[in-house]
Parts: sequence; C-alpha cells; structure tokens
Amino acid sequence: MSRRGDWVYENNGGTCVAVAGADYCVVAADTRLSVGYSILTRDHSKICELADKCVLASSGFQGDIKALHKNLAARELLYQHQHNKRMSCPAMAQLLSNTLYYKRFFPYYAFNVLGGLDSEGKGCVFTYDAVGSYERTGYSAQGTGSSLIMPVLDNQLKSPSPLLLPARDAVTPLSELEAVDLVKDVFASATERDIYTGDKLEIVVINKAGTKREYIDLRKD
Amino acid sequence: MAGAMDLPAKGGFSFDLCRRNAMLAEKGLKMPGFRKTGTTIVGLVFQDGVVLGADTRATEGPIVADKNCEKIHYMAPNIYCCGAGTAADTEAVTDMVSSQLQLHRYATGRESRVVTALTLLKSHLFSYQGHVSAALVLGGVDVTGPHLHTVYPHGSTDTLPFATMGSGSLAAMSVFESKYKEGLTREEGIQLVSDAICAGIFNDLGSGSNVDVCVITKGKTEYLRNHQLPNPRTYASSKGYSFTKGQTEVLSTKITQLKPKVEIAEGDAMEE
Repeated sequence: MSRRGDWVYENNGGTCVAVAGADYCVVAADTRLSVGYSILTRDHSKICELADKCVLASSGFQGDIKALHKNLAARELLYQHQHNKRMSCPAMAQLLSNTLYYKRFFPYYAFNVLGGLDSEGKGCVFTYDAVGSYERTGYSAQGTGSSLIMPVLDNQLKSPSPLLLPARDAVTPLSELEAVDLVKDVFASATERDIYTGDKLEIVVINKAGTKREYIDLRKD
Repeated sequence: MAGAMDLPAKGGFSFDLCRRNAMLAEKGLKMPGFRKTGTTIVGLVFQDGVVLGADTRATEGPIVADKNCEKIHYMAPNIYCCGAGTAADTEAVTDMVSSQLQLHRYATGRESRVVTALTLLKSHLFSYQGHVSAALVLGGVDVTGPHLHTVYPHGSTDTLPFATMGSGSLAAMSVFESKYKEGLTREEGIQLVSDAICAGIFNDLGSGSNVDVCVITKGKTEYLRNHQLPNPRTYASSKGYSFTKGQTEVLSTKITQLKPKVEIAEGDAMEE
C-alpha cells in the first residue's frame, strides 16, 4: 500500500512458470485475477502465443500486460510482413527485452517468462525482470507464487551454472509428461500457500508438432 | 515529570511510550508487522440457541501461515467466541476472559452469562484504545436465553440476531441478508452458517480452507470442528519425490570437536 498519491499500478496477482526440455517447452500460468482481497475473475488467461514456436506468460498489472502483449503481437506481425517468416523465440526474447527497457522510467508492471523452441528445435526459456534484464535458462517462475515454486524447481531440475566450462545444456532431461506432471504438482503446492494463486491452471506445451493446451482445476478458496 | 505528588496508577492505557514510538517512527524505524487471521467469522440466533461459524485460514500478508487453525475459542461451557484480527490478540484476550469467567463461576456458584463475558471483553479492549486488534463474535446460551454480540477492537459492542466479522464479512453478510429469518431450525441454522462461511472462503482471499461450526443450546454445546472440507488438494504427483544421499552437492565439510575427551564418571543416580 503506497502512501504517495501518484501510485498508478496495481498487482493483479498470479504465477507463471516455464520449463524447457530437449525438444519441447512447457509454459503454464494460473487463471485467477485479483485485486486487494477480492477476486476479479477465475478465468483469465495470462498466456499469449506470439509466434508458432514462442509463447509469453506474464503476471503483474493486467493493464500493462495487455498493452505489452498487444505491442509485441503487432511487432511480430510487422516482422512477418518484412521477412516472410515468423519470429524465432530468441529473436522475440531480444525484442521483449528492448520493449521493456524502452519504458525504463515508467515501467511495464509485468513479470515475464518467455518459452518456446529455438532455431534448432530445442526448448528454451527466457526470464525477465520488469525493466528488461533477461537470461536464457532451463526453467523459471515469476509472479506472486514464484518464491514458493523456484526452490522446488531448483531441487528437481537443477540447472547447471552458466559459468561452467564447457557450456552445459540448461534443458531438463525429463520427458514431456514428467515435466507437465511436475508443473501441475508445483502449482497445486503454490496454491495451498499463496492466496493470489488458484482457480485454474492453463498449461501450453510447444513441440515440433505444434502447440497443445491443457487445463486443470486448482483450489478456489 | 517529577511532581510533588505521585498519583497511583489508575488503570487505563498508559501513554508514556507513545512519544518514544512517534520519535522512532520519525527517525525511520519500521514497526514490526503482526500476523492477522484475514478471516470470515459469523454467528446467528436460531430457535433453540446460537450457531457460530468460522473459516480456518491464517495469513501472514499474502502467504497462508496455517491452513487449518481454530478460530472458535472456548470461553465457558455455554459460551464460545469467534476471533478475527491479530491472531495473538484474539487468543490472548479470549483465554484471559475465559479464566476470569471460571474464577467468577467458582465465586458465584452459577453458570456464566454472556453479558459478563461481553463486559469483561469490552472493558479490556477499551482500556487498550484499539491497540489490541481483536474483532470478536461472542455467542452463548445462559439462564437469560440465547445471546449474540459483536465486539470491536476499540471496545464497542452490538447485540444482533446475526453477525459477521473479518475480511470476508461482506461476502458472508450478503448470504445472511438474503436467507436469514427468525425461528430457524438447527439444521437450517447450521446450513446457513456453512453457506455464509463458504461465501467468505471462496470470494475473500483472506479466508479459506475449511468450515468450523459451533452449536450452543440450553444445556448442550456441540463443537463441529471441520464441519465441511470443501478444499481438498487438487493434484498430487503420483511419481512422488525422493531425496537420495548425494543428490544435494556437498561443497565442503568441516568437523569441529566440541570436547576433546568425554569422561563418564560412576556415581549415584540423580534424585528425581
């Protein structure tokens, strides 16, 4: 709660997670939108498919998130027209970083996780802060439940340090089914202890065959 | 303030430390936060007595600290009290008044009355000028009949046929205002209380988990702990988790001997 009269943001809550595999990527987010102690809706998607192999999940201030997604989708369309192909995930990752830093002094209140397949078909996850600092990782969590989920992912997926030489693959050796099972379990756990996470979980899986969507119920209290 | 006369402490709130707290706050000291229960608590009067209800979630900010805490506190065999606000305050004030009531029962040889509990609570809370953050729904049945009261942190009280308190009070009150009528049966009363608590559980983020109910009638009290469990865990990985030795990397090991040599001396057994 800010005492200043000029606080223009609000946090609509929610959590986003992404896990990269050898040839797939799982991007998941809950569907609850809240403000203060109230629920605005139980059925709102935080996930945006920006390109056929690139999916963005964002939590934070929905007003800014809607604007950000719209902005990126428009830029992707322009890219398609200019280059006669869809944007790759690493290219979108850089574009998102630049878009966020562009508003360095009036930021998008959005905590982003970008997931998809890179140009070689391997899973990739990019994690961001509010002003565009990003890093390619094997997995990430952002949002109100991120501090509950990240330690569990660290324990189960243990990404190798980027400082190690030779460079080791950050993606998990788990199968697609195992990764989805882990994501479901980890969200069910976060829902138990975070009041802003719950209602429904939307899971998007990207692999070379395309994009698949799945929903499971979470606690509604 | 060395006066000529040193008046004895008359009771009521001592404001000595307020200047010091204000000075510290001015210097930039942040007051520590309290754990609140972020709650839905309700009570209603039905034809044979009163029914009290509460959710079971305790929060510390946005985190659930306790998924199944008890918010309906014992005051006397025929009087129970639901508490919202700072958990420590509701616990402490209900325990204290419960003890006072028991001593009073021994002194008078009679069953405790709800108005006695009410007066003890309100005078304590008033003397602390709202700093004891306890918002209570007090209900019970005594020789005078069934009673239901709400008590606010500053010490004011209301006497009502149905009442709700806590962050989920608006959600619960909307249910009461729609469905309450005089002369409800026991089953109707329990159902209405459960519905009101569920409204708080599902629509208020500060309330959640299970429904606790307490039914008090003349001569009998039933504490229905976890009367409803409408929030089971939705998904559990069938694979499970294993934490084998060696899975967590040990970076370094250092063993320090606390005592180089331990001597065991023969002697008599310790006296109990």
